[in-house]
Amino acid sequence: MILTVEHVTRYSYDRPVRGLVQSHRMTPASHDGQRVIGWQVEVSDGLAGGSFRDGAGDHVASWSVIGPVSHIDVTVRGEVETRDTGGILRGHRELVSPQCYLQATALTHPDDALLALAEEARAVPEVLDAAHLLCERVAKAILWTPGVTQSQTTAAEAMSQAQGVCQDHAHAIIAAARAAEMPARYVSGYMLAGERQDAAHAWAEIHVPGLGWVGFDAANGCCPDERYIRIASGLDAQDAAPIRGWARGDGKERLEVAVAVQTVEQ
Amino acid sequence: MAMQGKAVRVTTYFNEMFQDGEVRIPYSRLEGWTKRMPDALRHMKQAEAEALFRRIGITFAVYGEGGDPDRLIPFDMFPRVFTAAEWARLERGIKQRARALNAFLVDVYGRGEIVRAGRIPAHLVYRNAAFEKSVVGFVPPKGVYSHIVGIDLVRTGADEFFVLEDNCRTPSGVSYMLENREIMMRMFPDLFRENRIEPVDNYPLLLRRTLASVAPAKCKGDPTIVILTPGHFNSAYYEHSFLADLMGVELVEGQDLFVEGEYVWMRTTEGPKRVDVIYRRIDDAYIDPLCFRPDSMLGVPGLMDVYRSGGVNICSCPGAGVADDKAVYTFVPEMIRFYLGEEPILNNVPTWQCAKEDDRKYVLENLKDLVVKEVHGSGGYGMLVGPKSTRDQIERFHARISEDPGNYIAQPTLALSTTPTFVDEGIAPRHVDLRPYCLVGERVELVPGGLTRVALTEGSLVVNSSQGGGVKDTWVLAE
Repeated sequence: MILTVEHVTRYSYDRPVRGLVQSHRMTPASHDGQRVIGWQVEVSDGLAGGSFRDGAGDHVASWSVIGPVSHIDVTVRGEVETRDTGGILRGHRELVSPQCYLQATALTHPDDALLALAEEARAVPEVLDAAHLLCERVAKAILWTPGVTQSQTTAAEAMSQAQGVCQDHAHAIIAAARAAEMPARYVSGYMLAGERQDAAHAWAEIHVPGLGWVGFDAANGCCPDERYIRIASGLDAQDAAPIRGWARGDGKERLEVAVAVQTVEQ
Repeated sequence: MAMQGKAVRVTTYFNEMFQDGEVRIPYSRLEGWTKRMPDALRHMKQAEAEALFRRIGITFAVYGEGGDPDRLIPFDMFPRVFTAAEWARLERGIKQRARALNAFLVDVYGRGEIVRAGRIPAHLVYRNAAFEKSVVGFVPPKGVYSHIVGIDLVRTGADEFFVLEDNCRTPSGVSYMLENREIMMRMFPDLFRENRIEPVDNYPLLLRRTLASVAPAKCKGDPTIVILTPGHFNSAYYEHSFLADLMGVELVEGQDLFVEGEYVWMRTTEGPKRVDVIYRRIDDAYIDPLCFRPDSMLGVPGLMDVYRSGGVNICSCPGAGVADDKAVYTFVPEMIRFYLGEEPILNNVPTWQCAKEDDRKYVLENLKDLVVKEVHGSGGYGMLVGPKSTRDQIERFHARISEDPGNYIAQPTLALSTTPTFVDEGIAPRHVDLRPYCLVGERVELVPGGLTRVALTEGSLVVNSSQGGGVKDTWVLAE
């Protein structure tokens, strides 16, 4: 399948800022499930900084904008050929040991409910089965409901509210998996969903001995297939964030996001 | 390593000046010096030294030790002396260790051959809080992660030295090494004529040369070096500004630097100036809010992207701390064999890992004879010195170790050597340790000397300044 992405992030400031610096993880790497045909990231009035591929195999690029500016647009346009690998990440060049993804973070600290989930997962002899079980349980425990959680909501909070979005599902899976000694990480990316969206997508990856990293999307109750584009990974949403930025000045920041993922007829 | 040890109760200590009633050669000229110095003169000199230290303003605590930042660390005028031959061996051992630690860092942030070979357990490396996933796959200039390696040593016999711990991040205290010498030379110029003492005052020059030698590839010409300090409220701020002065480089805070395009820039009165090498005295977690703690106000936003794309070097490199962790310490001799194919010249102290069941059992049964340390602790806090502790203190540690064994290691109580030290009653032996500062860049260099810390309380084995420790000038005699 050939997917195209258009993703615009607009930062507006109520008072101009003197400048800003951003670190982007917005460019996909090719692997067995995806081949990048073309990909471009533009920052309005932006000055491209250093870029490199990190140890997790993700493309990182630095941008700066010299102010004063009142708004900037970060525009991503790309085209990727995808195929279904049953959720297994193969042919992705990376060096980070899976053991690095066992450490809990503030967003993925497990509470009693998540520890109970982890106990259940531990009782399953096969890691792959345990991972599927976690994905199902989390999908049931957190009802997909946009607007009730925000970027700082922890896995435990989402579990107790029983509502959330893809970020919360991913965090809950990760928290329980790590508590069960299964390396797990957060993945940001895109998914073909038909209508225009106001956010990119996210899911979890769990490391399964013999298979490697396998994706689990509780929000959609499946493993990533040819509808998905994988962009970057991290310990949690903050660590894997497509944009981490910092502005010089005291203007209040407002964020608008528009995402369109479409398929090209072949 | 499970050790069927018997922790021997220590009764005798190696006295570095007197052996079998004779004065050892390195101290031979100091006996006459003390005889020529009556009590009254000594008190006067001591007061003079203190006044000098106060005037210079050197009152900080050695990093991480806490305590009152405005308190003077007591200076003991009786020097600690090594012969050229003793030092030659120490130097080889220290340099060997510094090379192995850096080889380890390049390896664990690369393919991790030492882990694959089963020579060190994977979890000790990859699940270590000091391991930085963000620098995996990046090789810093010249393959050096730790540019200033502080190695804490103790002596237990004429030819017997042990490494207590390694400091690969930003070891502090080198300003004491320099100031102690400066003040001794000012107060006792005769001593420096009578004894041929190797100089240490070229340390700032060597440090500067070391940092310049690891400038990133994108730097053309003479590299611009800065020292990045968290600010004047930091307990080691004196040292930061002292070194900046002596090296002739700018002392900056995070807000003085910014990222633009592919580089880091320093604000100056003549406009922005590109920075090539940052000797940072700020912890990893605080140096870049875009990579680490987003709430940090001390760092430089975007710094890590510039670093990882080769636009600037950061000394020590983020992630260097995984090599000086107390649990990883046990494996340094293994690193020396694995990377250098050499046998370790300096000994490790035998260490029991409380995380291991056999070791823990032994430790809990022998607490009264052992020294117990927290894996990530520093400064002599959170530490138990068994032979010097009450039953109550030992009970408390028993409970703490049982509750969180992974957080503790134990070592035998070492018979730390003593050197003569001026005390109220005259001269008495007091226990000492040594921290030399090894510089690693294009070359590996060591100035002959270091910081000698002395436990001023009679019988005490804890030399930390927060626990009543002082400092001494450290001499290495020329051949």
